[in-house]
Amino acid sequence: MPESKIHFDRVCLEYPKNGNKSGLRFARTPRPNGQSTLVLENIDLEIETGEFVSIIGHSGCGKSSLLKIVAGFVRPTGGSIWIDGRPVEGPRADHMFVFQEGALFPWLTILKNVSLALNSARDQADRIKMARQYLELVSLEAYEDYYPHMLSGGMRQRAELARALAARPDVLLVDEPFSGLDYLTRLQMREEILYLHMMLEKTTILFVTHDIDEALQLSDRVVIMSGPPGRLQSCRPICVAHPRQLSSSVLDEMRSDIYHQLGVHAAL
Amino acid sequence: MSVSACNVEMFPDIARILRALYRLILDGSLLKHCVASLFRVTVGFYLAIVTAVPLGVLLGLYRTLYRIVNPVIQFLRPISPLAWAPFAILWFGIGDLPAIFIIFLACFFPLLIAAVDASANINPIYFQVGANLQLSRWSAFANIILPAIIPNVMLALRMTLGMAWVVVVAAEMIGMKSGLGFLIVDGRDALRLDRVAAAMLVIGLIGLVLDRIMQQLGELESLRWKNARK
Ligand SMILES: Nc1ncnc2c1ncn2[C@@H]1O[C@H](COP(=O)(O)OP(=O)(O)OP(=O)(O)O)[C@@H](O)[C@H]1O
Ligand SMILES: [Mg+2]
Repeated sequence: MPESKIHFDRVCLEYPKNGNKSGLRFARTPRPNGQSTLVLENIDLEIETGEFVSIIGHSGCGKSSLLKIVAGFVRPTGGSIWIDGRPVEGPRADHMFVFQEGALFPWLTILKNVSLALNSARDQADRIKMARQYLELVSLEAYEDYYPHMLSGGMRQRAELARALAARPDVLLVDEPFSGLDYLTRLQMREEILYLHMMLEKTTILFVTHDIDEALQLSDRVVIMSGPPGRLQSCRPICVAHPRQLSSSVLDEMRSDIYHQLGVHAAL
Repeated sequence: MSVSACNVEMFPDIARILRALYRLILDGSLLKHCVASLFRVTVGFYLAIVTAVPLGVLLGLYRTLYRIVNPVIQFLRPISPLAWAPFAILWFGIGDLPAIFIIFLACFFPLLIAAVDASANINPIYFQVGANLQLSRWSAFANIILPAIIPNVMLALRMTLGMAWVVVVAAEMIGMKSGLGFLIVDGRDALRLDRVAAAMLVIGLIGLVLDRIMQQLGELESLRWKNARK
């Protein structure tokens, strides 16, 4: 039995060519047949409890798909995925996904959005109280009665993080949460998520990003993917204590190495 | 009373209409007919809501079911509800029921299609979030499906109610002994075009009020999120 927190065992994923738009049936398995595209190929990966792992790769290489498999939204067409020694069989509240596109319910205030994640709490008053605490965690307590469209992009992402955290997940799957934000806000969000990870030390985070500095600043390990079809290219542990100085020579070296691996040369 | 040169009035003048209206109010018949029509519309409309909306949500969420049932819907839909009148009278006898049945038919299909459309177009991400949060079926319905479809369904309700109001008058003209539609037929048979016009006036006014009410409902607090989305 695998002992690590998350264990990928030769995970493969094919999508049918003619597209499968149905999102209604949870964890629907795309049927492999002649008419399919290989999106992920033989992914083997071990992730330890409390680890912060960033996944970097070119657009379309299957990062979101990989995360969706861990979340249980999509079932792999080959191989298997285990969390805590149990195969993933579908979405669960202890493996929370934070969406790339923003997925707060627009018809609920952010307090209600967050309290929805607390459906195990005994009574309504308890739920509201706890939801407030999670909003405080991301400094949004003053905005609890706002609807998502009334918030800025960064605030929305923070509210979404609060909702995900309120479900008390032990695995947080974060799909490019900051890609729509401006640079300054992104820097703030980095601090925010680092702080949250330190607070919730047992929480394992899988973090998809395009931003190499973000990965260097935050993660214990950077996983570089190539593709399509998505394969694991390499893993780089980052053994530098927080807070990190991005201009330090260790990280500098690592940065150019990652750029090199991604086949990007002009960036420096 | 002015009689025009060609001796035929194309439309009764306003004073005569108002006088007819006044008399209809005084003898209580206007109220009686209004209540009869409104009662039929209300019952038929509500029956259509409580059947069409749940069924529409079901069909919208389960595509296979939709594919099976859709041909039947599309077959029945173009048949004018008024065409059912002889059968309605045969099945339900005389009284309010045949009219209610016709109103129901007139409202059912537009509402059904609006509900199917609205629920089939809910962003799948919301269902993934719901599954991720492990919401119960009921909670997913109350927190995702219902609020997501309400704006579109409210719009459909508003348009359907207007149609129901058109249809009730037509239904009452065919076979009823009360209601504003009957008032029109009765006026025609008695060659009292002033009463016909008075009934038309009242029909229009009530239609206006009904639409206003539906519009107000569409602007409830719970729908605020929709307004600023664009
Ligand atoms: N539901 C789907 N049906 C069919 N193909 C899909 C589906 N979802 C993703 N794909 C395909 O899988 C491939 C990987 O997509 P994925 O979203 O995982 O990429 P990504 O690495 O997250 O890209 P980005 O960085 O742009 O978000 C793409 O080629 C995409 O077209
Ligand atoms: Mg992606």
